Amino acid sequence: MSTTKKIAGAALAAALGVGTLTACGGGSKDEGGAAASGSPKSKTVTLVSHDSFNVSEPVLKEFEQQSGYTVKVLKSGDAGAALNQEILTKGSPRGDVFFGVDNTLLSRALDNGIFTPYEAKGLAEVKPEFVLDRQHRVTPVDSGDICVNYDKAYFADKKIAPPQTLDDLVKPEYKNLLVTENAATSSPGLGFLLASVGKYGDGGTSQGEASGGGWKEYWSKLKANGVEVVDGWEQAYNERFSGSAGGKKAKGDRPLVVSYASSPPVEVLYGEPQPAEAPTGVATGTCFRQVEFAGLLKGAKNEEGGKALIDFLIGKKFQEDMPLQMFVNPVVKDAKLPEVFTKHGVVVEKPENVAPEAIAKNRDQWVKAWSSIVVK
Amino acid sequence: MAVPLAFFGLFFAYPVAAIVGRGLKTGEGWQFGRIGEVLAQPDIADVLWFTTWQALASTALTLIVALPGAYVFARFSFPGKQLLRALVTVPFVLPTVVVGTAFLALVGRGGLLDEVWGVRLDTTVWAILLAHVFFNYAVVVRTVGGLWAQLDPRQEEAARVLGAGRFAAWRRVTLPALAPAVAAAALMVFLFTFSSFGVVQILGGPSYATLEVEVYRQTAQLLDLPTAAVLTLVQFAAVGVILGVHAWTVRRRETALRLVDPARTAHPPRGWAQRGLLGGVLLTVALLIVAPLAVLVERSLDAPGGYGFGFYRALQEAGAGGGTFLVPPLEAVWNSLQYALAATGIALAVGGLAAAALARRAGRFVRGFDALLMLPLGVSAVTVGFGFLITLDRPPLDLRTSWILVPLAQALVGVPFVVRTMLPVLRAVDGRLREAAAVLGASPLRVWREVDLPLVRRAVLIAAGFAFAVSLGEFGATVFIARPDHPTLPVAVARLLGRAGEMNYGQAMALSTILMLVCAVSLLVLERLRPDKTSGEF
Repeated sequence: MSTTKKIAGAALAAALGVGTLTACGGGSKDEGGAAASGSPKSKTVTLVSHDSFNVSEPVLKEFEQQSGYTVKVLKSGDAGAALNQEILTKGSPRGDVFFGVDNTLLSRALDNGIFTPYEAKGLAEVKPEFVLDRQHRVTPVDSGDICVNYDKAYFADKKIAPPQTLDDLVKPEYKNLLVTENAATSSPGLGFLLASVGKYGDGGTSQGEASGGGWKEYWSKLKANGVEVVDGWEQAYNERFSGSAGGKKAKGDRPLVVSYASSPPVEVLYGEPQPAEAPTGVATGTCFRQVEFAGLLKGAKNEEGGKALIDFLIGKKFQEDMPLQMFVNPVVKDAKLPEVFTKHGVVVEKPENVAPEAIAKNRDQWVKAWSSIVVK
Repeated sequence: MAVPLAFFGLFFAYPVAAIVGRGLKTGEGWQFGRIGEVLAQPDIADVLWFTTWQALASTALTLIVALPGAYVFARFSFPGKQLLRALVTVPFVLPTVVVGTAFLALVGRGGLLDEVWGVRLDTTVWAILLAHVFFNYAVVVRTVGGLWAQLDPRQEEAARVLGAGRFAAWRRVTLPALAPAVAAAALMVFLFTFSSFGVVQILGGPSYATLEVEVYRQTAQLLDLPTAAVLTLVQFAAVGVILGVHAWTVRRRETALRLVDPARTAHPPRGWAQRGLLGGVLLTVALLIVAPLAVLVERSLDAPGGYGFGFYRALQEAGAGGGTFLVPPLEAVWNSLQYALAATGIALAVGGLAAAALARRAGRFVRGFDALLMLPLGVSAVTVGFGFLITLDRPPLDLRTSWILVPLAQALVGVPFVVRTMLPVLRAVDGRLREAAAVLGASPLRVWREVDLPLVRRAVLIAAGFAFAVSLGEFGATVFIARPDHPTLPVAVARLLGRAGEMNYGQAMALSTILMLVCAVSLLVLERLRPDKTSGEF
């Protein structure tokens, strides 16, 4: 009997102990709930974002010291899921600033009115092509390109030039080489679909058949040329692609993958030891540009802190820290790129683009049509 | 009874009802017409059909493969048994992304099967089914084997003495006694595979979609709440039907049994038949469970410059090479353990009370409540997570950013396990023992402590093991509940896998291996929490 008591006691103590430990675990950053941040003179500012948000400790600390605010970061799911949670909690948001609305989701965010307009200090430094909302409900923070990556070694071995454009990908010499992601569930998958929409247009037919040209016809050709579709980026890049570290171990046999323009520099950065040259390259004529925005949430408990945080996000410190944290490009004019990017990265001159309104309007039917073409 | 009811009302029924209501109610009142509209879409019917049949097939296959295992673990003693029992539970805690990786290494291109027989199963339904067996093997072995080990073999022997053949004795004596546990295991496996998400996506490719995937897409990606609400209702209906079938088969089957100390029922295998069975089971476990896990371990050690612990060393640095985390990934181990302990505590408290209440009473209300407790297994994490968001947003219950939400969400999944493992045993306790104790002047609490607890202690430990494992591996809800300064192991693994580069991939594999070790060690410790042999025996 005594053992039972001991076990029960231990379990209870453990459970209670966990409570106190976890509650104290965050130190000053954490009040075990939002109850403490209700006062108008709140010293905590909360950033809500998706899973990919990152900032290096020293940069964040410097902002905290200069502004006097403590920053709390909440990450919840991928970009789409995180934004939808904010839309659902419109009016009583979980934080003050939301970061991570990209141009494929921008219209949905704006139509739902979850942001308060705010013209950030330093907006003049941001390249004007990124400022998509004239009312400044959102502020551009970074941009990145979704592009086809190729395995340099494969094409060197086979003595074939790697593909450079969307048109190249349907040529017979690249048969059965490309792996992409499910446009219904993966953001690079959707980006690649949108690149084809931007380049070939909507074709003017609403049937799933490849008639009247446009992107549907292009995808029918891709399908005929043996494009493989897997669920997400992790699987495409780490399992199927022959040029990545993971893919080499998994014996991936597809030398072309839909990934990001920043993937080759990342391969170098995390190589052990770092290779002199990136093992992968970027087909610069296959890209779709993503721009990510931040906005001040309507009903924010700490509006002043939120504004300061947005100013910080487009400040030079954060902008120059960003590439190595999130592998995206800065949007301010004079931000310097780290060496690994300038040496191993590419500049995408002419990315494909689709207007955010058009994406919001057609996204669902495009994805459905795409599924019926690619997924039998 | 009040505690479990309140718990479920507040943390499950209310949030889910709110999110479904938000989808079906517009300015013009309830839009029940939406239900017909959504259901009329042919692709939705396809999704529902595929979801149901793959779940049924997976459940059948899991039972076929795992029941011999349950017998072996219950009746035989062999060296390394406890270790193996912990090992088969490990798949349960692995994030599906990682399981997908392991399985592709086994059945995919250039995988083990491909090398040996030239068979490739990836993007076929077989890969999905096998992965489901891999995941759920432990569910059957633990729930059925746990009870089987406590059945008195002398009853079967008595039947043999009375002239029944070996099979007849088993069919008439043991099988009826086991039926509730088998049904419970089948039900849990079905619910798990019915709401399968990652496995189907990764191994099946985009051509297979389950209801769960569709709910996720409609809710998290498209924010089409009406469609998501209808699909959630469909999920409810399907799960309800299954629960009804389960209740109907189990009713009046859970009878008082003679339970004995499991240590006394196990013996070393005797003769060729028993040795062969043991060998067969061990081979199955080796191929189906150990092989995929071994692949992950191998990859985690395959560091640049030869085999070694390079990736593990890298895990100790915060922001190794670029700051994926504010804390070193290794701290995720500690976070996971804390959450798992809290979740296990909550699940045991709520589930234990519920099981005790259910065991004492009968009637329609009780059966309804029993079914209600199972529902969280069949409802998608995104529905619950988004439900939390729109309901728990006001003081005193503004829990949206509180740490307690993580163990609460995990306990929701843990409670059904606790109830299902404890209930057959509790119902098997002979009521006359309780009455005798009461007559002798024991208070109800003391009766529970002196009579029920000793008999169900083993079930409690098994249940705790499950709740703990569920919490360690839980990913769906944890992702939505944002606590970046406290990433759990599965979340950390997913973040590492989401980035290019050799070090990230290697660290993800290393962290997965650590997750396996943490799970196996925790379960072994739980197994060791056995009381002395002398107490609790009659």
